[in-house]
Amino acid sequence: MNAIGWPNWRRLNQEGIVFAIAILLFAAAALGLPGFLTADNLVAIVRSVSVLGILALGMAVVIIGRGIDLSAVAIMAMSVAWYLQLLNTGTSDGLAFVYVLAGVLAIGLLNGFLVAYADVPAIFVTLATGSFVFGYVRSQLITQDAVPVPGGHWVELLGGVRFLDIPVEVFVFAGLAFLVFLFLRYTKWGRFIYFAGDNPVAARNIGVPVRPMLVLRYVLSAFVALIAGLLTAASLHSINTRIVNSTLLYDIVLVAVIGGIGLSGGRGGVRNVLVGAALIGILLNAMTIIDIPLLYQNLIKAAILLGAIIVDGIINPRDEQTAQQGDI
Amino acid sequence: MNFRERLQAWRYNLVPDHLVGEILTKRWTDNAIPFLALVATLGVFGSIIPGFFKLTSLQESTRQLGEFSLVVIGMTVVMLGGGIDLAVGSIFALSCFSAVYVFFILEQSIWLALAAALCTGLVFGAINGYLVGYLRLRAFLTTLVTFIFGRALFDILVTTYAADVQLSQASSDVLDFIGDGTFWGLSISVWLAIVLAIVTHIALTRSRPGWHVLAVGGSRRSAHNAGIRVRRTVFMTYVFSGFCASIGGFLIACRLSGAGPGTGLNLEIMALTAAVVGGVSLGGGRGSVVKGLMGAIIVLTMTNGLIRLGYGTGTNQMVLGILLAVAVTIDIRWLKNRHKVLNEVYVAPVYLRMGETQSAAPGSGTSYELDNRLSVADHIGLGELEGPEDVILDRDDHLYCGTRHGEIVRFFAPDYVKSEVFAHIGGFPLGLAFDRSGNLISCVGAMGLYSVSPERDVKRLSAETARSWTSIVDDARLRDPNDCDIAPDGRIYFTDSTKRYDAHDWALDSIENRATGRLLVYDPKDGSTKTLLDGYRYTNGVCMAHDGKSLFFAESWACRVHRYWLEGPKAGTAECVIRDMPGYPDNINRASDGNYWMAWLGMRTPSFDLSLRHPDMRKRMTRRLPQDEWLFPNINTGGVVKFNEKGGIVDAMGDLTGGAHPMVTSMREHKGFLFVGGILNNRIGRYRIAGADPNWTSPASYWGAKP
Repeated sequence: MNAIGWPNWRRLNQEGIVFAIAILLFAAAALGLPGFLTADNLVAIVRSVSVLGILALGMAVVIIGRGIDLSAVAIMAMSVAWYLQLLNTGTSDGLAFVYVLAGVLAIGLLNGFLVAYADVPAIFVTLATGSFVFGYVRSQLITQDAVPVPGGHWVELLGGVRFLDIPVEVFVFAGLAFLVFLFLRYTKWGRFIYFAGDNPVAARNIGVPVRPMLVLRYVLSAFVALIAGLLTAASLHSINTRIVNSTLLYDIVLVAVIGGIGLSGGRGGVRNVLVGAALIGILLNAMTIIDIPLLYQNLIKAAILLGAIIVDGIINPRDEQTAQQGDI
Repeated sequence: MNFRERLQAWRYNLVPDHLVGEILTKRWTDNAIPFLALVATLGVFGSIIPGFFKLTSLQESTRQLGEFSLVVIGMTVVMLGGGIDLAVGSIFALSCFSAVYVFFILEQSIWLALAAALCTGLVFGAINGYLVGYLRLRAFLTTLVTFIFGRALFDILVTTYAADVQLSQASSDVLDFIGDGTFWGLSISVWLAIVLAIVTHIALTRSRPGWHVLAVGGSRRSAHNAGIRVRRTVFMTYVFSGFCASIGGFLIACRLSGAGPGTGLNLEIMALTAAVVGGVSLGGGRGSVVKGLMGAIIVLTMTNGLIRLGYGTGTNQMVLGILLAVAVTIDIRWLKNRHKVLNEVYVAPVYLRMGETQSAAPGSGTSYELDNRLSVADHIGLGELEGPEDVILDRDDHLYCGTRHGEIVRFFAPDYVKSEVFAHIGGFPLGLAFDRSGNLISCVGAMGLYSVSPERDVKRLSAETARSWTSIVDDARLRDPNDCDIAPDGRIYFTDSTKRYDAHDWALDSIENRATGRLLVYDPKDGSTKTLLDGYRYTNGVCMAHDGKSLFFAESWACRVHRYWLEGPKAGTAECVIRDMPGYPDNINRASDGNYWMAWLGMRTPSFDLSLRHPDMRKRMTRRLPQDEWLFPNINTGGVVKFNEKGGIVDAMGDLTGGAHPMVTSMREHKGFLFVGGILNNRIGRYRIAGADPNWTSPASYWGAKP
């Protein structure tokens, strides 16, 4: 934007391009696909990306701080599965929730500690903890792949809450997005995340508590995953742990990266998540309406993600001078 | 000696603390942790699973191990090059499908199926290599995405063609043999894995492309600056990984005669875990094929063992997660802290109680009494020289000395104003001696024993001696050759001051005070080097006695001079002739009056002598204090001492003003003058000796009058 407010086309960034593509795709789908431009379908689109968007918000905060959280989906599914299992086996609601909160907090802390204090690359830490969380909960704590929500429980009731015919997760997504926006834009701690993501050493030198902040981000991401898991269980009345082995994790990264949040950190914000979620939501919905099989949808999503990473690599090239050895 | 001191002496002189540091300097310690893990894993699972080590059971599990090892070898090479390849699972699955498709559906020969599998792997690897190598994308995410892409493609293909494969009538003896047969008791997949592992190992350790991979992984920027084509090297590692995974895929196609949705599932995280558990470092440059294979065996034994023990769904992922997290953390922490730990534990001081000494202070009336005579010496090369440790004069009166820059400088007679670089050797030339035919022999610090001919040809005579069986640190290498002298028969006797420290770390050696100095001999007849004596505290100057039947050598940190007999009844033995001197002796040379000159590089102080009785204090000092604040031998004052054949002190002189020759490491008498050098000095001194023979020269004393 220049002084008068006209967009400066020469400095068109990824976010702008993706937004334009999303609008074009929306227009094309609205014109070409029957039943696309109906109120119900539009609500369905927003609803379908709500959980994805919520997870992407958590991922965005981590990525802006130059990290990544590959354990998000495992935490999301397994924490809720354990919670529901505890309820089904008769543990009181309050106690069960405290257990699960403690578990989620522990995994977030573990991720953060290993990344911040043991200097292990985030990608390996979270890959390992994700695998561990899934394996531990699946083999030790729950008995089958899918755990149903007990009848009449508040999670089930939550799934039925509607306001103006719009399901509750949409509001949760909107509310969380607004909160994360405020946090990143207007609080000191939010700005610190950008500093640390842009140049961790410089941030540390000016006195930013880089390591505690790193831990905080992974804990935040873990709690966001728990919220997303509860909403999933609310709308489906059960949680299926097989989701951990699906491509959901890559969809989250896709939403964040395609919206223009650079993987090298320090760039992007909530708006980028919204743009990315819009594009992916429209795309998935359109593909479902055209009746493309799920397997082919995966192929198309992978191709788009690959394209997004290539574009990201060109727009935010890795700085060979400051890139550390072993930064893979 | 009171009880506390006796305890200290036992504790620090009998407990071999220094071995810990020496072991840590070894590269093989990197292999020790994964190897112990391997032994523990095999031990635990072998003992709790009945029949684990039975031949048939092993044949079945090694078949899978062969396929898995192939994939891990590819992953190892990529990781050594500084990348990571998560797409191996997809490449494996797609190659498997290619082979199945060509063989069962197109009903072509098995060899064409192999070609199809390899082709798939190479193309997929090339795509990864192009994206990561040439486009410089992040390896982890990029290969993760190509992995998803490949997996999606595979799922589509498998669901489309599953029925056709089931109905196919194609069969082949070769396929059955590859899938089920054994050759000398081992399955084909194991043989292939062994062959590929050996080839890859040789390529990595002994070929140019392999070195390029390790160089790129070790430091991308340096590799680029050294002219290595970094991008192409990275590209090739991914192609190789694709190749390895495709062989694995082909083998499983033969073994299972088909491809299913489970083919290659979780293979990427297993292979990654195997490589990291084996000790292949993330970020590249460190690791080997053997480590990758050790990791492969550990991971496969654990996951298969848990299945056979009947643990349910998810256990594998849990174990893999724990293994990966622990291994990665250990790897990172080990790499980061290894040199810190090494610095902390390497210095392991011992207890020594120095004997009472006589004072060297002026007016004390002892024979060691120092004065200011050397302060009036003329200077040669003032400001031009850095570190003339030893000085020597040839038959034409030219003066030679070594310098800190690895050069031997020659000053021209008669005024010693003009100079030239006589020869460049490198290292730090220390002790000098002329042999019978006028070659200049030099002990070069950190390098070895060298000879410079009058025509200035530099030749290495010796850089190593025999390796002793009990030493952990490599004591074959000469770390600090210090001074040499030549016997009438041409053999060169020289000292190597310490086995544990490099020449420039002499201060650490003095603080540790461990007796590791040696006396060695080089025989020019057969070029061999032998160790004659071992276990002295910093052996230093060597000087042949006037009759050539024995030699004197100095033991600096113990302030002693020993005599080593070459002939006579005591041949091969050493006896101490001067003990408990007030100064640290350095070089020893002949004097014109039949006595010997000895340099003192520094003087003993009561404080350092006391600290030698407190090894614990010195240990704390090296760990907690900055180097500038360490207590070590005083080298601000030295001197020149003359002693006779029996070890009696004849004369002592010094420069107590500290202006010209505060510390002395060498002196050479020549035609009535004494030429004085110091390793930390910036000049050579020339001092007229009262009453000395004005015609006596050292070459004539050694080799007779001019021929």
